[in-house]
Amino acid sequence: MADTKMHVLVCGGTGCLSSNSSDIVDNLIAEIKAAGMEDEVKVLKTGCFGFCEKGPIVKILPDNTFYTQVKPEDAKEIVAEHIVKGRKVERLLYMDPEKEQHISDAKHMDFYKKQMRVALRNCGFIDPDNIEEYIGRDGYQALAKCLTEFTPEQVIEEVKKSGLRGRGGAGFPTGLKWQLARANDADQKYVVCNADEGDPGAFMDRSILEGDPHSIVEAMAICGYAIGASQGRVYIRAEYPLAIKRLENAISSAREYGLLGDNILGSDFSFDIEITFGAGAFVCGEETALLRSMEGNRGEPTTKPPFPAEHGYWNKPTNVNNVETFANVPVIFLKGADWFNKIGTEKSKGTKVFALAGKINNVGLIEVPMGTTLREVIYDIGGGIKNGKKFKAVQTGGPSGGCLTEKDLDTPIDFDNLVARGSMMGSGGMIVMDEDDCMPSVARFYLEFTEEESCGKCTPCRIGTKRLSELLKDITQGKGTEEHVKELKRISQVIKDTALCGLGQTAPNPVLSTLAAFEDEYMAHVKEGRCPAGKCTALLKFFIEADKCKGCTLCARNCPVGAISGEVRKPHAIDQEKCIKCGACMDRCKFGAIVKH
Amino acid sequence: MAKIKSLEELKKLREQAQNNVSLRVKGDNIEKMIQIRVAMATCGIAAGAREVMTEFIEEMDRQNIENAVVTQTGCMGYCYAEPTVEITIPGQEPVVYGNVDMDKVHEIIEKTIKNGELVDGIIPVTHKTIEE
Amino acid sequence: MSNMINITIDGKKVQVPAGSTILQAAQTVGIHIPTLCHLDLHDIKMVNQTASCRICVVEVEGRRNLAPACATPVAEGMVVHSNTLKVMEARRTVLELMLSDHPKDCLTCAKSGECELQDLAELFNIRNIRVSGTSMSTYKKDISPSIIRDMDKCIMCRRCETMCNQVQTVGALSAVNRGFDAVVATSFEAPLNETVCTYCGQCVQVCPVGALTEHDSTWEVVEALNDPDKIVVVQTAPAVRAALGEEFGLEPGSLVTGQMAAALRRLGFDYVFDTDFAADLTIMEEATELVDRLTRHLNGEDVPLPLLTSCCPAWVNFIESQYPELLDIPSSARSPQQMFGAIAKSYFAEKLGVRRDQMVVVSVMPCLAKKYEATKFEDDNNQDVDYSISTRELANLIKRMNMDLKELPEEDFDDPLGESSGAAVIFGKTGGVIEAALRTAYEWVTGETLENVEFEDIRSTSYGLKVAHIKVGDLTLNIGISSGLGNARALLEEIKAGNPNNLHAIEIMACPGGCVNGGGQPYAHGDMKKIQARQAALYREDCGKPIRKSHENPSIKKLYEEYLVKPNSEKAHHLLHTQYTAKERV
Repeated sequence: MADTKMHVLVCGGTGCLSSNSSDIVDNLIAEIKAAGMEDEVKVLKTGCFGFCEKGPIVKILPDNTFYTQVKPEDAKEIVAEHIVKGRKVERLLYMDPEKEQHISDAKHMDFYKKQMRVALRNCGFIDPDNIEEYIGRDGYQALAKCLTEFTPEQVIEEVKKSGLRGRGGAGFPTGLKWQLARANDADQKYVVCNADEGDPGAFMDRSILEGDPHSIVEAMAICGYAIGASQGRVYIRAEYPLAIKRLENAISSAREYGLLGDNILGSDFSFDIEITFGAGAFVCGEETALLRSMEGNRGEPTTKPPFPAEHGYWNKPTNVNNVETFANVPVIFLKGADWFNKIGTEKSKGTKVFALAGKINNVGLIEVPMGTTLREVIYDIGGGIKNGKKFKAVQTGGPSGGCLTEKDLDTPIDFDNLVARGSMMGSGGMIVMDEDDCMPSVARFYLEFTEEESCGKCTPCRIGTKRLSELLKDITQGKGTEEHVKELKRISQVIKDTALCGLGQTAPNPVLSTLAAFEDEYMAHVKEGRCPAGKCTALLKFFIEADKCKGCTLCARNCPVGAISGEVRKPHAIDQEKCIKCGACMDRCKFGAIVKH
Repeated sequence: MAKIKSLEELKKLREQAQNNVSLRVKGDNIEKMIQIRVAMATCGIAAGAREVMTEFIEEMDRQNIENAVVTQTGCMGYCYAEPTVEITIPGQEPVVYGNVDMDKVHEIIEKTIKNGELVDGIIPVTHKTIEE
Repeated sequence: MSNMINITIDGKKVQVPAGSTILQAAQTVGIHIPTLCHLDLHDIKMVNQTASCRICVVEVEGRRNLAPACATPVAEGMVVHSNTLKVMEARRTVLELMLSDHPKDCLTCAKSGECELQDLAELFNIRNIRVSGTSMSTYKKDISPSIIRDMDKCIMCRRCETMCNQVQTVGALSAVNRGFDAVVATSFEAPLNETVCTYCGQCVQVCPVGALTEHDSTWEVVEALNDPDKIVVVQTAPAVRAALGEEFGLEPGSLVTGQMAAALRRLGFDYVFDTDFAADLTIMEEATELVDRLTRHLNGEDVPLPLLTSCCPAWVNFIESQYPELLDIPSSARSPQQMFGAIAKSYFAEKLGVRRDQMVVVSVMPCLAKKYEATKFEDDNNQDVDYSISTRELANLIKRMNMDLKELPEEDFDDPLGESSGAAVIFGKTGGVIEAALRTAYEWVTGETLENVEFEDIRSTSYGLKVAHIKVGDLTLNIGISSGLGNARALLEEIKAGNPNNLHAIEIMACPGGCVNGGGQPYAHGDMKKIQARQAALYREDCGKPIRKSHENPSIKKLYEEYLVKPNSEKAHHLLHTQYTAKERV
């Protein structure tokens, strides 16, 4: 062990695994063995590095070399060159898109420079299936500290002092939530970890569970100690098989090491965790719906109050926090609440993990201090908009959030700022849109999602989201009127005011926020029959510009419906009645004579 | 694995386990570490660079030296003086030692790593790397 | 007064106990916040507080969004506005949304006039629905012998589900699907007759719209009445007379026995009889069985005890599908409706000299399960009871034939199947069947005359579960009484656990409170006072009867003398008894 001089970390997150990272591991091990260096070099499968755009990732330590888009067959070269001879494999290094230079050290990549990894501290760093690696990174020290140095009340005080707020969406103060659960006496209480990550595009919870499951186990035990619960449950969607496997493994090794079970570390605190599977309904991320689903009932929210802190799982006082929230907890005790509350903004402390997606260069998972601006996230970390297009909007908070625009780019991101601008933090999905994105279509996409995922319990959500999505469909298909826009506003407002749960109340946000910033775009659809982004096919018209048309007949020959006519060597024309807007003519024209608008 | 029954036992286990991850921790904080870069190109290896590197790692381990990290690098171009080792103390210019043998390893550890003193055998730097 | 909370609603100061909802607080000062999904039947421990319809939303100062009054607990100093423009606009839009996904076929809807959604549309003067979307959620209509499910009309209030699962513990209904397609359905969306549904009809009783209604048979009855070749005989169950008047604007609890008989005669029934007659007959058979089992039990024989009454078809369906292992304990006596049909089509038909297929037996029942019971084990071409109609359907028939019950004279039932005792009429209330049986069993066991026929201990319960201990000579009989199938389940679990209370007899009625609250009764719309008034009416009728014990009914005595020989005779067994079969259902 002592002469291990190199660690090769291979991303074993779901994304990289699906790009054969398992084979990379196997090949690396085989090649290292062939080179006779198996005692000196250790290969580890870790959790997600976050830089999913360029996966699979292989990182070599201690020199911090960061290889991207590695294929199983690259193992041979990595071993022969880098591991045996110390020569970095240039072609696999990350290419800085601006400087057009290969960057070897991950520390020098813009993607990582502005990040601060607290919740993701161990992801891509340790072998998640090995409890001793976690312990080696001060794992379970926070729990030990709580059990030996703090009373439950002091634990809650410390969490309150840290300023930690729920990372699942609404940002409720975690310490206060714990206090409420502690205040209710009962023979049994529960700690529930909400791992029902449902926002389209968000995958931070999965990554944490895959890359650092013990941090969740430890945090849940700390929470159990604080609120007086001996039972923990993780509600996780069955679509996360790898996260489930790693979590199961973590729970069983924690039991084996006596870090779960009776009398943990010789104290009189006992705690254990079980896993409950969810079927992946979006609404089950709402805590009351989650609890109903855990009980085996239909996953439907119930009115609050009563809050889970009073009547939760099986009517017992229950504290529900999401994965990312829990992942922050051990750090608060290791580094102190004062360390934690110095990070972030006045009312939003710590860091936040975001899943960057959409029209952005560096798609992936990032963690930044609260208060980082959207501009830093999108341009510095995200590497800017794909293909040099113009930034138009970013949807934060998934289907419950709203669109933020150019004018919001320098807003420091925190819970309250996002809400003030008509969006929300949500679980941290961030979908970037460029000039080619049509905002009514974006709103329609989200409304179709919430319409599908509505549990159907309350009228405004069950019928209202359906009606909104119908209105948006009409608008994007050129059947909208100004009346449609008015009705959108009216129904949206009523849904917001009257829906039963957070899902329903926030469902109109994509409509309201795109209307607020892009009403002219809606109006162009309904008044002029025009889609400014050129996205809504039903509204597009194709024209041949006579001065550019050479009369080559290529377009006419390729039109599947015979809508183009004209004499050879004379400008052609498109019969708008017949045109089905497939765009085949435009693709074929060699002279750029065909335009759409 | 027997159950951990007390904080002391947990701490003990942590210390053992830390060795497994310390290499990575060092890598993660590399800018604060003294970097010992052993040139491990064909010429270096042929001249005994692998043994040099192993000795650095093992000796520092024996002495519990936590502020230095051993990495490897390719050919630095001083083939006449292999094995070569580049030592970078944070905030200072790197120095390169040539013809490093076992004795030199111990000397470098004792003087340079522990006390920041330079020892004989420095090769004048002939180029700068793009990273710096 | 520390547990009292002070709030302000529409400028009025209100003081209510902690834990009250805004809705309850508003009611105390006469502010009627409209509701739809909400249903408070706390007498039977059911409160449907799904808070799903969002009609009752109100503004609460300091709250970001609107609050559902039905499910929001009051808090000290709360200031509520129930009628601001914002509230009105929200209610209107929610209502319009609901109507946009609701069939507009009020003209042919069974609930028209009783529909709570229709009432709201009227209250809000909805003249056009300002919603462009026209798609509707549609489902296959499910037609069972008793209940018709037309889920196109379901508004997801979930009252039926709460009733079926929490009160009745049957578990036939629950919400399925998501979003716009969410609907209350059976398991695997199977037709009701393949499910554990007992047809108790309590879901129909609480459904605010036309999604759950009875299977109407009134036109078939009209056709039979107009068939010159048929002799049409009608029987009316005890509970009908205590509720029918409500359909004609009479106070709940008005007894309309005489007017009802007059109405039936004017409708064209050839013979107007009374199911009460058959109830007396049931007591003869059931009390005989009870005394027989008890005697053998006291002699040390291993006999199945306790004896369970078997008058209630929904209850029979319940035990057949949920407790097949206990099928040896119910009395084998058929229900009064079926006994009546069997006697009418044998004894009475023979008296008239007609074939059974020339006779049509119609029953008027407070019950929807009776519709199914009439078809059970029967030859389709000639059932003992041909048509079973509910109290509501009878009211409708009377109105259809241009009559007003209130204005009819009081008339008597016809002989011989119209004579009955007071014991029979209390069959319609929980505890009534067992009290009737005890009146007879007491005299048979002790050989003495029972002076006070009113068993107060049994009468004291209006709903729920009760265990009473009744002295019968030297013997103390332990009696269990339950109404509501959830309570029945509790008793059956007790029996499965070895009958620790040593119960000798158990009366079970599927509907909370008994048949007076049956699925076929006039809609009570959540007003449990109506149910209690109907119960009291039955006791009044009993009290006014010259004969109050079944075995003293002269027509019953004559029936045995002339035809059946004695209770539990071979002939009686053939006509008046049945057997039970386990049902495997989802």
